[in-house]
Amino acid sequence: MNYKANCERISSELVPYLDGRANAAEQSAVESHAAVCPACRERIEEFRKLFGVLNEMPAIEPSGAFDARVRARISAEPRRSLFDWLVPAPRLAFALAILLALSVWMGKFPTAENAVATAQSEQDFHVIKDLGVLENYDVLKGFDALSELPVSTQEPEQTQQDQQPKDGQI
Amino acid sequence: MARSDVQLMLEAKAGDDASFELLLQRYRTPLVSFLYRMVRDSATAEDLSQEVFIRVYRARAKYAPSAKFTTWLFRIATNLALNRIRDTRHRLLEISLDAPAEEHEPSMELPAREMRVDQLLLERDRAAVIRNAVESLPEKQRIAVLLHKYEDMDYVEIAKVLECSEAALKSLLFRAYETLRVQLAPLVAGAASPAPAETAGTGKGRPS
Repeated sequence: MNYKANCERISSELVPYLDGRANAAEQSAVESHAAVCPACRERIEEFRKLFGVLNEMPAIEPSGAFDARVRARISAEPRRSLFDWLVPAPRLAFALAILLALSVWMGKFPTAENAVATAQSEQDFHVIKDLGVLENYDVLKGFDALSELPVSTQEPEQTQQDQQPKDGQI
Repeated sequence: MARSDVQLMLEAKAGDDASFELLLQRYRTPLVSFLYRMVRDSATAEDLSQEVFIRVYRARAKYAPSAKFTTWLFRIATNLALNRIRDTRHRLLEISLDAPAEEHEPSMELPAREMRVDQLLLERDRAAVIRNAVESLPEKQRIAVLLHKYEDMDYVEIAKVLECSEAALKSLLFRAYETLRVQLAPLVAGAASPAPAETAGTGKGRPS
């Protein structure tokens, strides 16, 4: 019969129907099926009785010592320190500290680029150091009294040039 | 107005142990009752309930009110209970395997739950028969019935605890109650039909 097929279809709606949690459409579907299906009508009635019977199953109360035991265990739990509040994720903080220490340590080793940069900066340092002399060079060049001196400013270069052939001869 | 579970848990997270104490008072009885019905032993139920509260306390710093507090609480309780049941079953199996073999096999004694209900009725009181019938349900069906009938949880919550869909839960509940209807037929037959309003979950153990 047609309504037999509906028995299975409404079976999963029976419990919500009986505990009052079915919506209007589900409730109406169960009621209209029950109206034509004596077996489901009987089942609904027996389910109602069963729910009443199940109410007889006793609940137990926790023993008198239950709360005290839970409190004792809670008080034995480690408290959160100021460090915990400041550092919510200790593992992440540790990883960051290691990373920082490594980067500082690695920074101490001169790389090839660092070496070039250091050499360049040393050259610059000497130029800057002699800058005062270079700035005064024009003034010194035009100073007549100096031209009368036996040693000119170009002398060291000439001396070097003179010495080179000699070195070659040796 | 009473503070909600979520409020209390957030206050406990902020370091207020008094709020946690209120949660303990609110859920100690339903939790112990639920676990007692799961593991069938009051001392074990109390031990497990303590463990549930300690775990909730330890996890308070990470608590986020994404799900209902009770869903979280009963999920922890369910997992602990199932682990304990499996451990006990495993231990009992080891004991039986280690036991010396007897020359004459003793006649198999039927477990109490497989005895006829009318026989049991002669020996035990009604409450024991009902408890026995509920305890004999498969694990998932038993949890569903305990949370639906005795903890008055809604379908969404129970489905989350059992990690199944709502439709699957309704089907599971139907099968569980159908089994109980057959097993407890003598009691059901003699029971008076309650008013429709009384058939809903009792909510005995759950505070509103």
